Amino acid sequence: MFKYFADLVVFDWLGLPPGDPFTTALNFFMYGVPKILVLMTVAIFAVSIIRSYFPPEKTKKYLSNRRTFVGNILAALIGILTPFCSCSAVPLFIGFIEAGVPLGVTFSFLVSSPMVNEVGLIMLLGMFGWKVALLYVTSGVVIAIISGYVIGKFNLEHLVEDYVYQIKSEDVEIYEPTFAERCREAKRFTINLVRKIALYVAVAMAVGGFIHGYVPSDFLVTYAGRGNSLAVPLVVLIGVPMYNSVAGMVPIVYALIEKGLPLGTSLAFLMAVAALSLPEMIILKRVLKVKLIAIYVSILTVAIILTGYLFNAIV
Amino acid sequence: MKIEVFESSCCKSSNVYDLVERAVNESGVNAEVTKASDTMEAIKRGIMRTPALVIDGKAVCAGRAPKYEEVVDWLSGGKS
Repeated sequence: MFKYFADLVVFDWLGLPPGDPFTTALNFFMYGVPKILVLMTVAIFAVSIIRSYFPPEKTKKYLSNRRTFVGNILAALIGILTPFCSCSAVPLFIGFIEAGVPLGVTFSFLVSSPMVNEVGLIMLLGMFGWKVALLYVTSGVVIAIISGYVIGKFNLEHLVEDYVYQIKSEDVEIYEPTFAERCREAKRFTINLVRKIALYVAVAMAVGGFIHGYVPSDFLVTYAGRGNSLAVPLVVLIGVPMYNSVAGMVPIVYALIEKGLPLGTSLAFLMAVAALSLPEMIILKRVLKVKLIAIYVSILTVAIILTGYLFNAIV
Repeated sequence: MKIEVFESSCCKSSNVYDLVERAVNESGVNAEVTKASDTMEAIKRGIMRTPALVIDGKAVCAGRAPKYEEVVDWLSGGKS
């Protein structure tokens, strides 16, 4: 349907010749923007409604004293639903620990929350198709489960700042909205968010279209192609201190792939940028000792590098 | 009626307190309004997302700034 619309506009209405770089770019743009915006609206609305059933105040009770592994899986899945900004990391962390959520389970949540979300998923889907989107989401969740599980196995509770364990918080009763209220709130949230990102999507797709139509591929192959076996750790180490949301990174990753960077290397870069960042580490220093931050960053970095190699090997 | 306002302390600055004050004054409800801007106070109260609004011990709204009409509705017992 979206393909038909793009072809209709570009070839029939504007009468542009097929095969020309400008036509290719415009067709890509006309196909991508409406498709992403429609999918985005549906996805954000649906996730907002589901999310309203899992407020973190309820999640922490649900996850407290969970057995590890099962707890890690649940935490990683709930992390997908929870939007993340670095500054909410501290209240979430303290709230979870204080409620008796195991440390490793808390980390599974902290990893999956910034790495996997519906906006990033739809951007990946729109620009790369469902296979890449699914690959990214699945590996993001698996990495969150495993790295949280490993941290849990190390028994590192003593590396959390002592004051965290002394905090006693009250139980606040959360108002349960009716289904109609959830829909109303989700609608408002969706409209606000889509309005905010519509322009961004258009710019991203314009950049994507331009690269698609004009830039010759193989540009990066010489430096970071399959021939360079150190490309994966290199791009991951560059990506770790940087921060951008998944959605924000997709056009950049698109450019890298079109210029010849292998898919695994590119996705590893995307994960490193989304999951870890210097600002987040500085914020986490308020609740974690430096040693635990170093362990957390190392485990996650290794997991992302291995995932990059795995994808380069199988795709 | 006891109203606790937890303002956002980071990313998004919020102004829920003024909104609540206005709603209380205009609807003539007898309410005691307290305000906290520190994240730790919110955490101790069991709130993990700010801004948040707790009315008579019940969190009616968390992680977003409410609208004026909503607050008026809650003050008149719309969600209790």
